[in-house]
Amino acid sequence: MPDPGQILIKPSMKKRLRFAVVLLFFAAVPIAHAQLAIEIIGGAGKQFPIAVVPFANEGTLPQKLTEVISADLARSGQFKTVDTSGINPVPVEPEQINYPDIRGRNADAVVIGSVLPAQDGGVEVRFRLMDAVKQTQLAAASVTAAASQARATAHKIADMIYEAITGDKGVFSTRIAYIVKQGRRYQLQVADADGFGAQTVLASNEPIMSPSWSPDGNRLAYVSFESQRPIVVVQNLLAGTRKIVASFRGNNSAPAWSPDGSKLAVALSRDGGTQIFLIPSDGGTSAQRIATSTGIDTEPTFSADGKWIAFTSDRGGSPQIYRMPALGGDAQRLTFSGTYAVSPDWSPDGKSLTYLTRDNGFRVALLDLGSGQSMVLTESTLDERPRFAPNGKLILYATRDSGRGVLATVSVDGRYKTRLSTAAGDVREPTWGPLPKN
Amino acid sequence: MKNILLGSLLIVALAACSSTSLKQKAPVSESGATTGGQRPGQSSATTPTTPLGINPLKDANNILSKRSVYFEFDSALVKDEFKPLVQAHARYLVEHPSTRLTVQGHTDERGSAEYNLALGQRRSDGVKQAMNVLGASDRQIDTVSFGKEKPKALGHDEDAWAQNRRADIVYAGE
Repeated sequence: MPDPGQILIKPSMKKRLRFAVVLLFFAAVPIAHAQLAIEIIGGAGKQFPIAVVPFANEGTLPQKLTEVISADLARSGQFKTVDTSGINPVPVEPEQINYPDIRGRNADAVVIGSVLPAQDGGVEVRFRLMDAVKQTQLAAASVTAAASQARATAHKIADMIYEAITGDKGVFSTRIAYIVKQGRRYQLQVADADGFGAQTVLASNEPIMSPSWSPDGNRLAYVSFESQRPIVVVQNLLAGTRKIVASFRGNNSAPAWSPDGSKLAVALSRDGGTQIFLIPSDGGTSAQRIATSTGIDTEPTFSADGKWIAFTSDRGGSPQIYRMPALGGDAQRLTFSGTYAVSPDWSPDGKSLTYLTRDNGFRVALLDLGSGQSMVLTESTLDERPRFAPNGKLILYATRDSGRGVLATVSVDGRYKTRLSTAAGDVREPTWGPLPKN
Repeated sequence: MKNILLGSLLIVALAACSSTSLKQKAPVSESGATTGGQRPGQSSATTPTTPLGINPLKDANNILSKRSVYFEFDSALVKDEFKPLVQAHARYLVEHPSTRLTVQGHTDERGSAEYNLALGQRRSDGVKQAMNVLGASDRQIDTVSFGKEKPKALGHDEDAWAQNRRADIVYAGE
């Protein structure tokens, strides 16, 4: 990203704000100011040292941008933010940077910027990312947004910094969804990837499980027990509308989107045991069975190219991960170690699967499909539902901490962990939304 | 063959019940479910009778008031100790052809929600099939799984898990 580019993020922000007005026929009033608190557990590993210098005039915004940018970069586990206190005068342009000072703080890169008034009461945020060793520009951009969108603007800038340094897409502007259980109350919530801005999009006195984000980011499929048995519902997050897409006899569960968004793979027990079917994602009465076994087949997940479905099956005696062609065909067993492997999620690059294994407890594991080797990534005992970040670098999962259900992330090398928890209740069943389109 | 088997079961049960009908069963301890001894729903192979005017399904002295079948981890096998309970409910359905019930499958909290949902379904289907073999009609028995979503015991230890690995028999209208 060598040249400064004009990036308008207003349209997506308007979309985002509409979550606040999603109302459902049996939804509770959304909890105001609900958010997940993030705690960085830390870990070893090589981290890129970076100095994020406070932006000129950022004190005029409701949230200091560089605080959010620094927190984002640190949370990724791939950056170490160095202390920038005492830098005076604060550089706004590259020629104002005191490189010996920056290098003395052990930073290999430095971020500078400023906030300027823009039309319609908005602000223009300019930033530059400079290589502190070569003293060359690595990235720069001008972002125009409403002042109220300070956090989103900061996430956008953090994404650009992350991509310029690592070569991978940042996930700071993405969202996560999860279930909060408080007493007998279940809430499906959507929040920013850093836990801020949580909104309840569905509340019910019956269990909700298995949320799955559509590839366009506009819809969530999930399992609801609202009619006293599991059915699959697709909810449009922009319009707030819901549609029951699978309500066959028996259980309807485990929805997984095809990469083009047209189909859902689901697990149905309508023919007896739990088996995997394809249904149109907008509902209908047809369900195409794509595999037949005498055991349990469930938890389908599509490969990014849409050609394969990985799933859990106990056809061999214990639950293990298999894959088969997405249109049906012979299944091939993928996991061999241990007596319990469930809950697969295919990595965005198609090269690995994360799943839950029983290994001195129930823990998150990563299977390299090329080598066939598995690695256990966590040391906890009651982990659940590992799901990849859309850049494939982190895995979000549910676990227990001090008797409460919390969410956590672990880097794919197992070295870096963070924890996300709510003030009250158990958090479960996470899913990570796609990268934003723009 | 099925009728002969059922008939002999009924005779055995009826013959046995007269001598035990007034015996008071010790209350079942929730926390004692895994520590050996008498488990919830466990019974000798006898069926107490219930005095007229009392609903046998609600009579604490009647095995029909016992509604839970407990399972091992990742298993849907109905253990021998729960077969009398399943037989008693099957017999009740045969004797009351218009009565219907639902078998609700549950699991402990360990592992994935979705695999457990399927496992709970297998447990409820297994209990239903056992009742079908004993003569209960297919249309009298519905099954549903709640997986790990509705635990009875809220702890996070083997004691709680053992109580949550079960299938519950719920009669229509209850």
